[in-house]
Amino acid sequence: MSLLELKAVRRAFGGIVAADGIDFSLAAGERRCLIGPNGAGKSTFFKLIMGLIKPDSGSIHLDGSDISRDEPFRRVQRGVSMKYQTTRIFPTLTVAQNMFIASPGGKLSEVAAWGLDRLELARNAARPAGELSYGQQHWLEMCMALGNAPRVVLMDEPTAGMTPQESQRTAQFIKELGDRGIAAIVIEHDMGFVRGLEAPTTVLHQGRVFRHGSIAEIERDPDIQRIYLGDAHG
Amino acid sequence: MSSYNSLAAPGTSASPRSFLERTGLDGQLTVFGGRWYWSLFVLVFGAAATFPIYGSVFTALNFTSFLINVPLALGLALLWGYCGVLSFGQVAFFGIGGYAYGVLAINWGLGAATVGAAVCALGLTALAAAAFGYFLFYGRVSAWIIPVLTLVLTLMLETFLGQTAGLEWRIGDAQLGGFNGMTNIPSITVGPFSFDGFSLPLFYLVLALVALTLAGLRMLANSHFGHVSMAIQEDQERAELLGYDIRRYQLTIFVIAGLLAGLSGILYASWGNFIQPTSVGLLASTFPVLWVAVSGRRSLTSVAIGTVALSALSDTLAVYSGELAFVVMGAILLFGMMAAPNGMVITLLRGIARLSRARK
Repeated sequence: MSLLELKAVRRAFGGIVAADGIDFSLAAGERRCLIGPNGAGKSTFFKLIMGLIKPDSGSIHLDGSDISRDEPFRRVQRGVSMKYQTTRIFPTLTVAQNMFIASPGGKLSEVAAWGLDRLELARNAARPAGELSYGQQHWLEMCMALGNAPRVVLMDEPTAGMTPQESQRTAQFIKELGDRGIAAIVIEHDMGFVRGLEAPTTVLHQGRVFRHGSIAEIERDPDIQRIYLGDAHG
Repeated sequence: MSSYNSLAAPGTSASPRSFLERTGLDGQLTVFGGRWYWSLFVLVFGAAATFPIYGSVFTALNFTSFLINVPLALGLALLWGYCGVLSFGQVAFFGIGGYAYGVLAINWGLGAATVGAAVCALGLTALAAAAFGYFLFYGRVSAWIIPVLTLVLTLMLETFLGQTAGLEWRIGDAQLGGFNGMTNIPSITVGPFSFDGFSLPLFYLVLALVALTLAGLRMLANSHFGHVSMAIQEDQERAELLGYDIRRYQLTIFVIAGLLAGLSGILYASWGNFIQPTSVGLLASTFPVLWVAVSGRRSLTSVAIGTVALSALSDTLAVYSGELAFVVMGAILLFGMMAAPNGMVITLLRGIARLSRARK
């Protein structure tokens, strides 16, 4: 059975249909890339899963139960969490305080402790989070997303602005999350990073699932080259 | 009493206990702390407690009325400084506490019954704060309109109480009294001690309650609950996506702030044996905001000090002229906001702390 499932999810903003009957399914521990040109509905897709926006029709299921009407915090408590595209950490608070806030009841989850260790943030515990390097701030937010010991993490362009070394390390980190049974959906523009994740890829276009397959297949597909070029040059 | 440890070496595994914030009376979310702070804390409260011995009893009794404002102000500091919710109507809960105590104490009579009246009045205040807060937060009212709604609450209460002059406005033996207010409220009495405005027991009771409230709120601010509240103040959506029901946190803090305002109101009624609608009026409602803003809303200690100082100042000025007191307080607020936007008392205390550190 799939861990996360969207069935015919539709959401329109005025005349713009940001999600046009999306069917999507993710297995436990699976990692998945989500790509698509600007305006394809990628961020809307995440917001629908988190409950920041509600679908007009269709339903979202976690572990078989319908979470479509749940408040965002309930979904997080049930094991879905998200890392924002631009970091939304608490910059004046220390790294330890940020993690304290991200840990329900103030108890660090095992996987968050592992993440802090893996990304070498532990030694920065007493530093204000705003003083960390750009990449480290992203990593801190990833660890914060692990605070609730989630089943699935949504990551919106986790490597935006990172150095190649940091990107590589992030890809490695996401793969290791999968080994620990945590599924991940990653929105990314950087094709090198997507290749590095070695994950099945879903292409969104105009609020619809346009293709699904391995990254090699996707990159060979002339239709996908067309929508990307069309977006870039049109 | 330090706040946390960082891990010494990279690569060591981050065990939950060593990484996370340690909570307690001191921590990252209270501005002042440490050995010096607590030495001064004990010194100041000790000096205040022994003041009737080496100073004057009259001054101590006068001081009681200033100290009574501190729980009200600390509640607002928690709500505004730690949760980002500005209530302009905290005096509504001061009034509800005071009136409820008055009605119950007058009806239930003297002695131990007054303690029961005080406890029940606290409960009623909490209930009122919970009911009003429920509509504010679960109705997802925008943050900017909360000051207006809370102000309207207190003004409505004032208008209502102001027209209760007729004899038909009585609850049991208690006459609400319209604009003249409710009089002859018995003071809280425990055995031989009467906690009134003419003797020292109330002075000691209020002093103890102020110390307890300050310490208790410091613990709350540094706790996990306090950290989550701070996160809500900084970024509501972020806090919700970390799995917190932000409305529940806001409501809880609103009720705590209301309770503390009610406590001040009950103590006030016990001190002066009366309570009147002006206690919940427009001018009264500006005072807690002024105390907290001028003192520094992010520092509980500064608010406690500032509230006593400003209450004493306006009381002194009012001896000469009531209008003068308001003009001067207004000027202090304006000057304070421009010269020290974070609060005058906290800026002053930080300066002193820095100087004493530089000398060492």
